[in-house]
Amino acid sequence: MCLSIPARIDKIENDTAVCTVGTSSYNASLELLAHEDVSVGDYVLIHTGFAIQKLDAEEAEASLKTFKEFKSLNEDMDIEEKEQSTRLI
Amino acid sequence: MKYIDEYRDKKIVLLLAEEIKKTITKPIRLMEVCGGHTMSIQKYGIPYLLPEELELISGPGCPVCVTSRSYVDRAVAYSRLDDVIITTYGDLIRVPGSSSSLDKEKAKGADIRIVYSILDALTIAKENPKKKIVFLGIGFETTAPSSAAGIIKAQMAALSNFYLYSAHKVMPPAMETLIDEGVLIDGYIGPGHVSTITGSGIYQNIPKKFGLGVVISGFEPIDLLQSILMLVNQIENNDQKVEIEYTRAVKPEGNIKAQEMLDEVFEYGDDWWRGFGILKNSGLKIREKYAMHDAEKQIIVDVEPLKEPKGCICGEILRGVNKPKDCKLFGTVCTPSNPVGSCMVSSEGSCAAYYLYNR
Repeated sequence: MCLSIPARIDKIENDTAVCTVGTSSYNASLELLAHEDVSVGDYVLIHTGFAIQKLDAEEAEASLKTFKEFKSLNEDMDIEEKEQSTRLI
Repeated sequence: MKYIDEYRDKKIVLLLAEEIKKTITKPIRLMEVCGGHTMSIQKYGIPYLLPEELELISGPGCPVCVTSRSYVDRAVAYSRLDDVIITTYGDLIRVPGSSSSLDKEKAKGADIRIVYSILDALTIAKENPKKKIVFLGIGFETTAPSSAAGIIKAQMAALSNFYLYSAHKVMPPAMETLIDEGVLIDGYIGPGHVSTITGSGIYQNIPKKFGLGVVISGFEPIDLLQSILMLVNQIENNDQKVEIEYTRAVKPEGNIKAQEMLDEVFEYGDDWWRGFGILKNSGLKIREKYAMHDAEKQIIVDVEPLKEPKGCICGEILRGVNKPKDCKLFGTVCTPSNPVGSCMVSSEGSCAAYYLYNR
C-alpha cells in the first residue's frame, strides 16, 4: 500500500508534475511538496497521485559511492587472495 | 531505472550478506513493519542470503490486513445505497467482509469504482452532483496526507457530496505495543515511505523506552541488507538507536507540508487493529471542522453483525507470533484466488508474499 517509485519530472503545470517512470507517464500533484523547491529533471516519489518527497541526489550519490568503494575494496582483496592463495578475511 | 537499478547490484548484495555473517555473533530477530518490505524481502529471497542466527519476521505493515472486517461491512452497506458511489484503491476491493465484499457487491450492480488517487474521486464527485461519493481512506502515514489534501480540496470547492470513510492509522502505537506485549524481537526495520512523511522522530520512544533500535530502510535488496547490517551492528555494539538507511528519501524532519495537512484534517483517536484490538491514539479521525465530509457522521446505515472466519490466524501473523506456514489454511483452503483472511487477499500481506515467493 505504501509503495512508491522514483519518477522523473518532465514538465510542471501549475501544481501538477508530469513525470516519467520507465516508459510510462504519470501526473502527480505537487501540493504535498509546496514547501520544496521542485523543478524539471528532479526525481520525486509518487504515491496515490501525489509527489510525497523529492529524492536527494547528493544523499543517493554518497551512499552509492560507499557501496562502490566497498565493492572495489573487496575486488582488490579477491585479487590479492588469489595471488597469495590465502584468505585475508 | 535511476534510483532502482543501482540498488540491485548483485555483487554488493552478496558482499553485504557476507558482512552480516561476519558481524553477527548471536541469534537476532528483526521485524519489518511495512508491506512493501515484506514483499521485497520475499521477492529477492533475502532470508536465504542471511546467516542462520538472523531471523526476519513480518509485523503489522499491511493496512488492509490490520483493518477490521466491520470496516468492509460498512463499506458494503454504503455500496448498497442507491445514491452512493464508492471510490476505492484496488487493494480493498477483494477483502472479505462478514458475508460479502466490494467486488461481490459490484458484480451485483453496486456503483463501486477503483481509483488511483483521491483526486480521481473528487472528479467523480464533481461529475455526479446528485450522488454521494464515498472515498475509502485506508493506509498509514504515507497515504493519509493525500486523503487530507482531498478533504481540504472538497471543502474549498464546496463539494458537499464528497465523503471520506477513514480507516487511516499511524504506526508507532502498534510498534510499541508489540514490544510491550513481549513479542521477542531485537530491532525494527523501519518503514521507508511512512518515514518519508513523518521523519525519524516518531520512533524515538523505541530505543528510549524499550532499548531496541530502528533503522528506516528503502525497498531495494541493497537497502534492506544495509539496514539489516546497521541493526546487527547496533545490537552487537549495544548501541540501539534510530538511524536512516533510506537517506535519499527520508529526512529526519520528514515532509513538513504533509504533516501540516494531516494535522489540519485529522486528530488522533483509538482504533482497532487485527491482532491487537483497540490501540490508543492509533487512528486518524476527521476533525469536527471537516465533519460535513465524514462519511461515518453523515451517512447512517445499518451494518451487519461482525463474523470472523474460523481457523484464520492472520492476527497472530500480524503480531509476528506465527508465520504463514503455521496456518492450517495456508495454501490449501486459503490461496490468493480464494483468500480466507486479509493477509492472503492483499498483495502485500504476509500470506500472499509467502505464497507467491516462498512456498
